[in-house]
Amino acid sequence: MSIKEKTKFNPITWVLDVCEAIGTTITAFLGGIGRIAIFAGKAIYHSFTPPFYPALIMRQIINIGYYSLPVVGLTALFTGMVLALQSYTGFSRFNAESAVATVVVLSITRELAPVLAGLMVAGRIGASIAAEIATMRVTEQIDALVTLSTNPFKYLIAPRIIAGVLMLPALVFVGDIIGVFGGYLVSVYSLDFRPENYIHKTWEFLEYDDVMSGLIKASVFGFIVTLMGCYSGFNSGRGAQGVGAATTNAVVSSSILILIFNYVLTQVFFS
Amino acid sequence: MTNDNKQTKISLSGVYKSFGNNHVLNGIDLSVNKGKSLVVIGGSGSGKSVMLKTVLGLIKPDKGVIKVDGQEVNNISNKEQDNLMRKFGMLFQGGALFDSLLVWENIAFALMQKGKMSKSDAYDLAIEKLRAVGLKSDVATRYPAELSGGMQKRVSLARAIAEDPEIIFFDEPTTGLDPIMADVINDLIVKCTKDLGATTLTITHDMASAKKIADNVAMIFEGKIIWHDSVDKIENSGNEYVDQFINGRATGPIEMQL
Ligand SMILES: Nc1ncnc2c1ncn2[C@@H]1O[C@H](COP(=O)(O)OP(=O)(O)O)[C@@H](O)[C@H]1O
Ligand SMILES: [Mg+2]
Repeated sequence: MSIKEKTKFNPITWVLDVCEAIGTTITAFLGGIGRIAIFAGKAIYHSFTPPFYPALIMRQIINIGYYSLPVVGLTALFTGMVLALQSYTGFSRFNAESAVATVVVLSITRELAPVLAGLMVAGRIGASIAAEIATMRVTEQIDALVTLSTNPFKYLIAPRIIAGVLMLPALVFVGDIIGVFGGYLVSVYSLDFRPENYIHKTWEFLEYDDVMSGLIKASVFGFIVTLMGCYSGFNSGRGAQGVGAATTNAVVSSSILILIFNYVLTQVFFS
Repeated sequence: MTNDNKQTKISLSGVYKSFGNNHVLNGIDLSVNKGKSLVVIGGSGSGKSVMLKTVLGLIKPDKGVIKVDGQEVNNISNKEQDNLMRKFGMLFQGGALFDSLLVWENIAFALMQKGKMSKSDAYDLAIEKLRAVGLKSDVATRYPAELSGGMQKRVSLARAIAEDPEIIFFDEPTTGLDPIMADVINDLIVKCTKDLGATTLTITHDMASAKKIADNVAMIFEGKIIWHDSVDKIENSGNEYVDQFINGRATGPIEMQL
């Protein structure tokens, strides 16, 4: 075939090419979802069947819960503060300043604490899980586990997922308190609210479901972050490049999934 | 046939494996007799490690039958896989030590996982195995990353023999070591396997090592076993591929993919 023939525009082959490209992308995408779902199923199964590794679960709980506290705390603090400032600017335009406290507490508990904590933990924990497990894959440590009669799903993956599901709600609960406190600081010290008024307004319209829905979201996000970290690491390509790609994949995919699931869960909870 | 099966510890017949268009194993037929030491030689990338991993169930072959002690191991459950692994010790090409665990925890890993052994017994056993590979007990409480390559190989060896396995696989045990350390490792392999009476399968492209360890030698080329005989015959194999390989000549029937 000459070059001229090749470059000649043929609408039929063009349409077929486009269809083929779309088709392969869709099948690859669905295949990916399928593989992740199977991986998730195995991870859940092995989280509930013995042997369990309490020491490893504890180590992950400390790693994910305790060491993420500063990051999540700072994020929540400044988010609460900026929320107070912004909503005050808006509400003062129609003399509704008293709603600041309510807006701060509802936005923090329902949306911002879970989503921002999820994203911060995706960067911190998702990346490190993926890098660690991918390195173990590349250096044959995962193969070595199998030859030592140890199931990698039970030994490596289950402890991380269990810790993620348990610790993200705990982190978000702390984040809720710190975020509300941030709003309180700005309102009282810079916007001249009366402290007892602000606290009263915070409680006045807050419902149990507001906090609870945020904590459930957090648990789901904890699952997403640890699952995608493990999945990317476990299926890492070979060599240093494989480890790098696994880390990026883990952070990007878990961040996007967090945003998608946040919408879906909100829809489910409040409609 | 039954008699034959008693003798044969491991057998592979017609094993195929491809990664996409990369046809790595193209019908491997190979068997190792009980208590014997088989060395597999072959160029880099010829599928030696992949072959070992198919026997261990770490890589699923596309086709073919693999038997250990006469039992087919291709499609076994997780539980059976765990039990099967108890028969095996494996020294990985890169050592594959767990870098988050101390040296002694690496060696005693399998024993402690099963919960059969108390921590202090496991520690004592790890020290004993460290001695067996010629290391002092002060290494036990260090991390693998703090050790030299030769020491890491020895620790991996200690881990491979910790459970007194019936079958041991060595994947390039001497690659990347200086000639003296390589010989030390060879002697250790010979000694450990003699002590245990284990059946071994060793991969190497180090001919000195092969001659020292092997009862039998097999050569793998383009995903097939092209020669398999006792080690004394290797110099006069009458096979040009084997000749070229053991003499390390750049010219001959084996063409390097450059
Ligand atoms: N997990 C894998 N995925 C894709 N290709 C692989 C994998 N493992 C090995 N290969 C390929 O198989 C071939 C043989 O590899 P290997 O068995 O490691 O060679 P060697 O004989 O040096 O041990 C190489 O081309 C390698 O790239
Ligand atoms: Mg190899």
